[in-house]
Amino acid sequence: MKRFWPYICVALILAGLMAIGLFAGRFVVYMSMRVLILSIFALGYNLLLGRTGLLSFGHAAFYAGGAYGLGLLSIHVTTNPLLGIMAGMGLACIMALVIGFFCVRHTEIYFAMLTLAFGMMVFSLIWNLREVTGGDDGLVGIVRAPISLGIATFSISETSHYYFFVLFCFLLTVVLVYLIRKSPFGLVLSGIRENDRRVEFAGLSVRNYRLAAFVISGSFAGLAGALGALLESYTNPFSAHWSHSAEPILVSLIGGIQTFTGPIVGSIIFIGFREIIERFTQNWMLWFGLILLVIIMGLRGGVVGGVAQLFRGEKSHVAASGGAR
Amino acid sequence: MLESIVHVCLAGLSTGMFIWLVASGLTLIFGVLGVLNFAHGSFYMLGAYFCYTLLGFLGHNFWLGLLFGPLCVCVVGFVVERYFLRYVYHLALPYQLLLTFAFVLLFDDLVKVIWGGGSIGSPTVPGLSGSIPILGRNFPVYNLFIIGVGPLVAVGMWALLEKTWWGRTIRAASSDREMASAIGVRVPALFTAVFVFGTWLGAMGGGLAVPYVGLLTPGMGEAIIIDAFVVAVIGGLGSLKGAFLGALIIGLLSSFGTRFIPTFDMFLTFILMAAVLLWRPQGLFGEAA
Repeated sequence: MKRFWPYICVALILAGLMAIGLFAGRFVVYMSMRVLILSIFALGYNLLLGRTGLLSFGHAAFYAGGAYGLGLLSIHVTTNPLLGIMAGMGLACIMALVIGFFCVRHTEIYFAMLTLAFGMMVFSLIWNLREVTGGDDGLVGIVRAPISLGIATFSISETSHYYFFVLFCFLLTVVLVYLIRKSPFGLVLSGIRENDRRVEFAGLSVRNYRLAAFVISGSFAGLAGALGALLESYTNPFSAHWSHSAEPILVSLIGGIQTFTGPIVGSIIFIGFREIIERFTQNWMLWFGLILLVIIMGLRGGVVGGVAQLFRGEKSHVAASGGAR
Repeated sequence: MLESIVHVCLAGLSTGMFIWLVASGLTLIFGVLGVLNFAHGSFYMLGAYFCYTLLGFLGHNFWLGLLFGPLCVCVVGFVVERYFLRYVYHLALPYQLLLTFAFVLLFDDLVKVIWGGGSIGSPTVPGLSGSIPILGRNFPVYNLFIIGVGPLVAVGMWALLEKTWWGRTIRAASSDREMASAIGVRVPALFTAVFVFGTWLGAMGGGLAVPYVGLLTPGMGEAIIIDAFVVAVIGGLGSLKGAFLGALIIGLLSSFGTRFIPTFDMFLTFILMAAVLLWRPQGLFGEAA
């Protein structure tokens, strides 16, 4: 019986996610989409932070790349959402390739500062190139046109219809990230995190692996950005700001950076708590800061790591490796 | 044209000296403790708000406010280091950065709770208000005062670090923690002292900013911390001399940028930061690792 539990859990969660799309009110559906989109962003990001051990402060640039790639295509060329998402992801991927090429030369604090510098360059370009990007007004009027697949057409203008499209992208991301983590490539990334010198001596190019992880996580950020722009029908320069780059980091940390489900659980907590706290008080950042303090001071495996530890009733491996290095 | 360039230079110098006041504490803390402190911008903000509030109690004497305001912030800095930061020195980089980031969120909202979310207009300083003509154009006296204060702080810190027993101990602990500890330096206490001193420098920058920026807003710390990061990186993380020269470069670059190519002034700053990191990660004036 015990080995069926994971399958039952996954089936129940899937049924729950479908039920939200079919029966829940507009507000719940909208919030769920925000959670799913942030999860895509954070799942991709955590390949870099949790797996490879690199802290990037510039991934909002790729999120914005996805959003602006889709937005510009939608406004000037075609409103086809699939082409738009491909354009957004493609732009994010190219940006990540160029920026990553320079950034992976360094690690630790220098990597963090380099990504911060490149991210803010993208921000300042979006902010100042008014003719192309609309400057601080952002891009307005991105339409959610129907998805046409040649034989069938699928309308996503309704919130609940769009929800299923976002859910599809989310599930695709989950499967892809899972496969990447399990693949030999993913194992090399873990190896780089634990000891890059040894990986180097094993004859592998650490720099190329880091770059690959950077580009993959950047492309997922682009997917999240494109979906986000379609959701809000709008995008603005602050989607590229460094404070937005902090979001996937915080989310991964809350959920647990050494766990697979951590970024998803973190996204639920991040968006759910914010909504609840803002009902009662204006000062959600104050409470969020306190939650962060508790997690960093006492719960370094994150919520998922903590729960896993509770179930095993022992000092879990996850929490320990998540902490010290 | 000449007077225009002189004025652009002066504006750049005063901006640069401001960033230096903030970056000096940030650099000192990074150099000794090895922690890049996001919350340093919050100390700057708290310094400004504390000075502003104390002005009301101290009969609107700006200098008294500047004396006591930063001291109050030092208490905050002490709590942050002694009860939180101390426990994450041995952890990976993300935990250290995000701990200080958590304090940024906390302090930003605390300031909103205590002082309200709007901007507060700030007072003028008797004797340093108004402006004087330089080459036919007016320049604020207070900005000239800031241009003078910056080098004074730099010389003071140089003397402290190079010429005193304290400075020797700090340098010893920053170059080899374990060795310093072995010869009897109480490293944890020293770290706390350095952090509090760095906090004081940041808060001092905030206090001096009160008449300069004109308006106090809850987000003022976040705006300056990125500038301070840029300066610290360009000069070389941990190098005070580098931070001073870096602040001059960034100040002048941004004021010339704003004057001649306003579209790309922010872009220029960050491209310089990236270029320095790629070409000389130890910074323009730092020593090779």
